[in-house]
Amino acid sequence: MKFYGTELSSRLMLGTAQYDSPAILADAVKAAQAGVVTVSLRRESAGAQAGQAFWSLIQSLDVPVLPNTAGCHGVREAVTTAQMARDVFGTNWIKLEVIGQGDLLQPDVFGLVEATRILTEDGFQVFPYTTEDLVVAERLLRAGAEVLMPWGAPIGSGRGLNNLFGLRALRGHFPDVPMVVDAGIGKPSHATAAFELGFDAVLINTAVAKAGNPAEMAKAFRLACEAGLAGYAADPMEERDMAVPSTPTLGLARTLGGEML
Amino acid sequence: MQITVNDEPREVHARTLGAILDELGYGKARVATALNGFFVPATQRSVKAVDEGAVLEILAPMQGG
Repeated sequence: MKFYGTELSSRLMLGTAQYDSPAILADAVKAAQAGVVTVSLRRESAGAQAGQAFWSLIQSLDVPVLPNTAGCHGVREAVTTAQMARDVFGTNWIKLEVIGQGDLLQPDVFGLVEATRILTEDGFQVFPYTTEDLVVAERLLRAGAEVLMPWGAPIGSGRGLNNLFGLRALRGHFPDVPMVVDAGIGKPSHATAAFELGFDAVLINTAVAKAGNPAEMAKAFRLACEAGLAGYAADPMEERDMAVPSTPTLGLARTLGGEML
Repeated sequence: MQITVNDEPREVHARTLGAILDELGYGKARVATALNGFFVPATQRSVKAVDEGAVLEILAPMQGG
């Protein structure tokens, strides 16, 4: 599976925010064997070195970066932020967030489609953070997106895959579109479930950064992603409503518990 | 002249964006710039004129999810 022509070394994308220290972040990225790390832009006063130090750390990790437009609530703001991110990070990739609702950080899907169109025409390769809505997905693809990033649940909520039916429908309706479940994944089992639905990657941040042991959680997510991906590739059995004996019944003894049947 | 940098009022003497960045002490820092709400690429800063009252955004790499 390629994302805009790029084969990732791992299907686990890791956010870089909320870690208690740069060293903990670096350990988590290494333990996750992340295929991508997400980064952002913020104001920094002259003389402050946090941004430059962060960028040096990310470069030392030698992992592809996916800049985001986190915090943008309008099309123009998101487009300008994306342009600034491309200038700083030197990539056409952009994780496009246009937030429409503050409490749930729910995407403004109308603005998202418009910003996707503008950025695609400007040469960007857009990873739109969207909902599981099929019609929105169709519009995003028409606007030029070649990857979709549906949410599992609201950002930072850790609730897992809130709408299994909707995510399954989205996956089934666009079988050839690379899709990343972004946001809401709280436990390794949630990541496994995403892969078992056929999604191609997951993006995780808070679940690792806010774990008691981020590096160990990063490793757990790596293993969970590998398990889900391998399980899906191995073509799982169909669910059944009734029990079916797994042990062969042919040749079964006619006596059980001393009683003749 | 008076301009606004990241929401803070600043007095600067330089008249181009590149020179203003130097004057403010950003030097060779890896930053992105927007002037009056419009992105200005690093390659155009040296010739981008800045007028009195301009609003300048200067952004640096930061952690993100």
